[in-house]
Amino acid sequence: MTTPSTGYRKPIPYVDEVSKTYWKGAQRGELLVQQCKGCGQRQFYPRPLCAKCWSTDLEWLRCSGQGTVHSFTLTYQNGQPGFREELPYVFALIDLDEGPRVTANIVGGKPEQVKIGMRVSAAFDWISPEIRLLRFRPV
Amino acid sequence: MAAISGKSAIVGVNEYPKRRDPTVTALQIHALCAKAALEEAGLTKDDVDGYFTSGVGGMPTVAMCEFLGLRPTYVDSTSIGGSSFVSHVGHAAGAIASGLCNVALITYGSTSWSQLTAIGTGGRAQGDYWDQFEVPYGPTTVGSYALAAQRYEHEFGGTVEKRAEVSVATRKWAQLNPDAMFREPLTIEDVVKSRVISSPLRFFECCVISDGGGAVVMTSAERARDLKQKPVYILGVGEAVSHTSMNQMADLLTIPAKVSGEKAFRLAGLKPADIQVAEIYDSYTITVLLSLEGLGFCKRGEAADFVKGQRTAPGGAFPLNTDGGGLSSNHPGMRGIFTVIEATRQLRGQRGKAQVKDAKVALCHGTGGSLSSGATAILSIESR
Ligand SMILES: [Zn+2]
Repeated sequence: MTTPSTGYRKPIPYVDEVSKTYWKGAQRGELLVQQCKGCGQRQFYPRPLCAKCWSTDLEWLRCSGQGTVHSFTLTYQNGQPGFREELPYVFALIDLDEGPRVTANIVGGKPEQVKIGMRVSAAFDWISPEIRLLRFRPV
Repeated sequence: MAAISGKSAIVGVNEYPKRRDPTVTALQIHALCAKAALEEAGLTKDDVDGYFTSGVGGMPTVAMCEFLGLRPTYVDSTSIGGSSFVSHVGHAAGAIASGLCNVALITYGSTSWSQLTAIGTGGRAQGDYWDQFEVPYGPTTVGSYALAAQRYEHEFGGTVEKRAEVSVATRKWAQLNPDAMFREPLTIEDVVKSRVISSPLRFFECCVISDGGGAVVMTSAERARDLKQKPVYILGVGEAVSHTSMNQMADLLTIPAKVSGEKAFRLAGLKPADIQVAEIYDSYTITVLLSLEGLGFCKRGEAADFVKGQRTAPGGAFPLNTDGGGLSSNHPGMRGIFTVIEATRQLRGQRGKAQVKDAKVALCHGTGGSLSSGATAILSIESR
């Protein structure tokens, strides 16, 4: 576990009633998605109902954290504080083994070596005293 | 053909001619273009009973009606990104056909160049709920399109060399447009060698950033025949939305154009082969490829071949973005309205050196957000 970062300049997520369970899970290093008891659909991000069948009977599923790169881009231009110091960074879509697709950065390797289809594994880093942010590392 | 088809027409258009104008404000552009478009139609502000706009403050039509001194009884601020103004054409066509309004005015204005707005690369602030699952990772607009372009390369082997055909062909059209922002010759090699903005998309695959805006005036087909301009009839319209976060886009290579295009063609009773000139929002090269496939001009994965050998350039088999598009002519932020203005001028036969010969049916298509929305309009010089 990394320690809470002090000089963190990127946007820090605003947590609300609907998303707080997800972020609690992240604090424990767990990647949670919702599973619908009505139709079985698994969804990310969290919602108050299943976006497929509108059932409100949802449960939380702890994912393995394993996934595959669906697509990615090496961002060479972004003037936002925090990002402009890290160009190029990898902005990616990851297909979780459990089904849902999530957005995250891929860290811990050369950006130029990221490929579609590459296997990656979830990692969580503290970016504030309350928020531990999902990232992925090459397996 | 549906009840809406051929019941309304575009009777006035105007595009702000300057691309870099630090002396003008966005609201001035709305006003000047509105006045000019109504004058071109032979109508006055008092004829306007329907007003449409987007991108101005929290209550766009309220604010603009105050500013312009309009008191319409039908307003629409549909805001679905750059496709909004094509969507407005569709909504106006429906409102006119059903008698909810008779003279519709659509306006747009923006000064992104003067304000140094980083449209595609600015990064995003958190605003809405879903942002907490995307914004912490540094999304940019160009980055969203780059995700699709990367996937396209992976699935179909398209490369920057292939996508560059679009940039180069569009520049050739811009060379025929004295108002276009960039008119210097551009080669495939220039595009391929330009710097990467968000991989795999390179500098010359991205739209320009300009000032500008425009206005469109529509009325019923009957009234249109008594006005100053040759009427350009609305035969079919369609729109679709799919996602705002890229992780919610089911298939990165199927954009809302598929749904909006199918609807527009169905309402018009036409098929892609009937289109003689196409104006398709070209925020990035990949946007054009995915739109051509989505709209049915070619099959999935075949757009890179479709544009090969400068087929979309002046003199080519498929005239596309004949004003120089967003890639070379202008892009103040939401360029959908220019697809309508240019298609109208083509169908009237007013485009001089850039005129597509005997063009009778045109397609306009806007893409908004991060491939998030699509709006299609099929226009014709014949009411059918
Ligand atoms: Zn369900």
